[in-house]
Amino acid sequence: MDARRPSSAARDIERYASLFASRTRVMTSSVMRDLMAITERPEVISLAGGLPDTTSFPPETMAAVMARVASESSARALQYGPTNGLLQTRETVTRVMAASGATADPDDVLITTGGQQVIDLVCKALIDRGDVIVAEGPTYPGAVPAFTAYEADVVQISMDDDGMRIDELEETLDRLEREGRRPKFIYTIPTFQNPGGVTMSLPRRKRLVEVARERELLVLEDDPYGLLRFEGDPLPTLFELDGGEFVIYAGTFSKILSPGVRLGWAVAPRPVLEKLNLGAAESTLCPSSLTQLFVSAYFEGDGWRGYVDGLVDLYRRRRDAMLEALERNMPDGASWTHPQGGLFVWATLPDYIDTTDLLALALSHNVAFVPGRGAYLDGRGGSSMRLNFSGSTEEEIREGVARIGAVVREQIDLYQALTGGPREARRTEPQPRTDLADVLALPRRRDAAARRDAQ
Amino acid sequence: MLKGGRSFERQVSLVSGGRVEDALTRSGEQVTGIDVGADLVERLREIAPDVVFVALHGRDGEDGTVQELLEALGLSYTGPRPAACALSSDKILAKHLMQDAGIPTADFLAFGESTFRDLGASGALSQIGDRLHFPVVVKPARGGSALGVRFAATPEQVPPALIAALSYDDRALIERFVDGRELAVSVLGGVALPVVEAIPTGEDVYDFEARYTIGRTHFTCPAKLDDAVSAETQRLALRVVELLGLESCARVDLLLDASDGLWVLEANAIPGMTETSLLPQAADAAGITFDDLVQRMLEGANPARKR
Repeated sequence: MDARRPSSAARDIERYASLFASRTRVMTSSVMRDLMAITERPEVISLAGGLPDTTSFPPETMAAVMARVASESSARALQYGPTNGLLQTRETVTRVMAASGATADPDDVLITTGGQQVIDLVCKALIDRGDVIVAEGPTYPGAVPAFTAYEADVVQISMDDDGMRIDELEETLDRLEREGRRPKFIYTIPTFQNPGGVTMSLPRRKRLVEVARERELLVLEDDPYGLLRFEGDPLPTLFELDGGEFVIYAGTFSKILSPGVRLGWAVAPRPVLEKLNLGAAESTLCPSSLTQLFVSAYFEGDGWRGYVDGLVDLYRRRRDAMLEALERNMPDGASWTHPQGGLFVWATLPDYIDTTDLLALALSHNVAFVPGRGAYLDGRGGSSMRLNFSGSTEEEIREGVARIGAVVREQIDLYQALTGGPREARRTEPQPRTDLADVLALPRRRDAAARRDAQ
Repeated sequence: MLKGGRSFERQVSLVSGGRVEDALTRSGEQVTGIDVGADLVERLREIAPDVVFVALHGRDGEDGTVQELLEALGLSYTGPRPAACALSSDKILAKHLMQDAGIPTADFLAFGESTFRDLGASGALSQIGDRLHFPVVVKPARGGSALGVRFAATPEQVPPALIAALSYDDRALIERFVDGRELAVSVLGGVALPVVEAIPTGEDVYDFEARYTIGRTHFTCPAKLDDAVSAETQRLALRVVELLGLESCARVDLLLDASDGLWVLEANAIPGMTETSLLPQAADAAGITFDDLVQRMLEGANPARKR
């Protein structure tokens, strides 16, 4: 039986409408949200999430670390702490960053409630209504609501297999300058990008840092996945290349330990850090002392490295399962990225297929993904999708991708029946703004028809 | 109180259902809300309700499936009966019936997915230009929201639009585009309520998502119309509900073109009951409070039929 409802019409928006801030007007309902609402049915294989696999964390380790926190620092764990975080946790952060080659001073670190709060705090500190943020296209779908809530004007720069196209970035910055609009910051996930699954090359990293210095622009480097590398040599972070003058670094414990501890961090130039700190004080007072002590205790030894190695092995196998399943099931005309780490593959279908509509069909086959439009603010991404491989078993991934492949083939067959046979996919949607390149251009991984014939 | 379910309109249904539950509770009724799932029959047997209030939108709720089940269980329930639901939720059937009855509805062509796959009817698409003239609107045969509804200005835009529509249903219709004001008439107990006009706030009239996105459309009720046009709109809506058997409660959507011609788009058997929904707005304009509206719908429930 449902809980008894309040007897007033407490759910009526009209009663409160005049009280809402104007920025809430951008937070509207959408077709995609209605569709995503039903991806959580238990019978659905969801490749839509971005969840790390927390089942692999040993419960006895959690119990032991928690017991240690309780016996050694119970009162502190239950108490408020400093806004910028406990010193020992900021020191933990610098050790974790050192593992990926970056040097940071604990005094330059702000502990936050997840990496997401860094995005929010940076927007809060820098963005006035109508200010420009430059981001990758596609960009992290979770950053989109933060950008829109601060009423930013987001300009997206296309990517290829080497990450954000810096030539296009520079052209765009020139254009914006001519228009008298100076971007407040450039948001990028250079390593194992979400959702693109691509990594920015070293030359582009160097050039991006130069561009930031030449033009005195801030870069927000979001690096949740850097330690989850399956293959290839690690690349220096933008923060490291820049030395912390124009790059704000955002890190998180979510993907290397647990998103449940809700701990992330920012490393920023002191004047910026000061503003982020004020913003954090105002919204959360301080990050959780309990989880900070848990994280610090856990990261004290070197045991965490073994756990991350285990995650890398697990996710590599899952990525391989996904790439194999895509090879096997995706028809000609589809392409996808080959991530060297992280959690996501970005797949692009022939442009007459709309992945928002495809999701409806996929849901009737009990499988879900994130339609590409969620990663753009300008209506692009309509024929792309984000697929997550970290949160499902290899078996689920194989079955899920097979089901997606089946519905994609169904739509391609139908298109061919409608147009009287196979033909080159034509762009029929209105052309995107000409000053921006088209959706992520990706190399074709296979000629599906040829392979099928060969089998 | 049946709400939620597994359709794409689940979220709207949960809001509609919640508001109706509140209203019924305020009126002193004992209400049990059921988020419709596989245990529906079991729950209904256990509760043995006097009346089932149906606030389930989309597939299952609006197409007669649930109504059929309620008939089989011998329960009294609100809203139209199974045949009326099945007819009105199927835009192709409903439009054929309307055309046959001389009710103005935009000219259209209907296609099943299998038509193209098995019969190679893609040639039929070439008729579109001759018969309907561009631009056209492509829609899934069933489904109450803007999901899968596309505008096609040229023949090249038709195949992708059909693929989109056929993602939601195995049949689709291609309809001549009528450029006009969007009107809705709600009917309660065989009486037409004041006409509501939906005015999209976006600039692009061809942006269907904008048209149906909350906050991007505003409503005027009663619509600013000549008395004669207003009366004709209501008269037409009543003819539609009579034709489809929706007298107890329904909402009829129409378009008013530049030369005051009216065109019926569709009829909805289970109108939304959210605060931005058109039926509650129309009722309010007629001096019927939300609680009274719910009470009237309850009183109009189909009597239980023992089989």
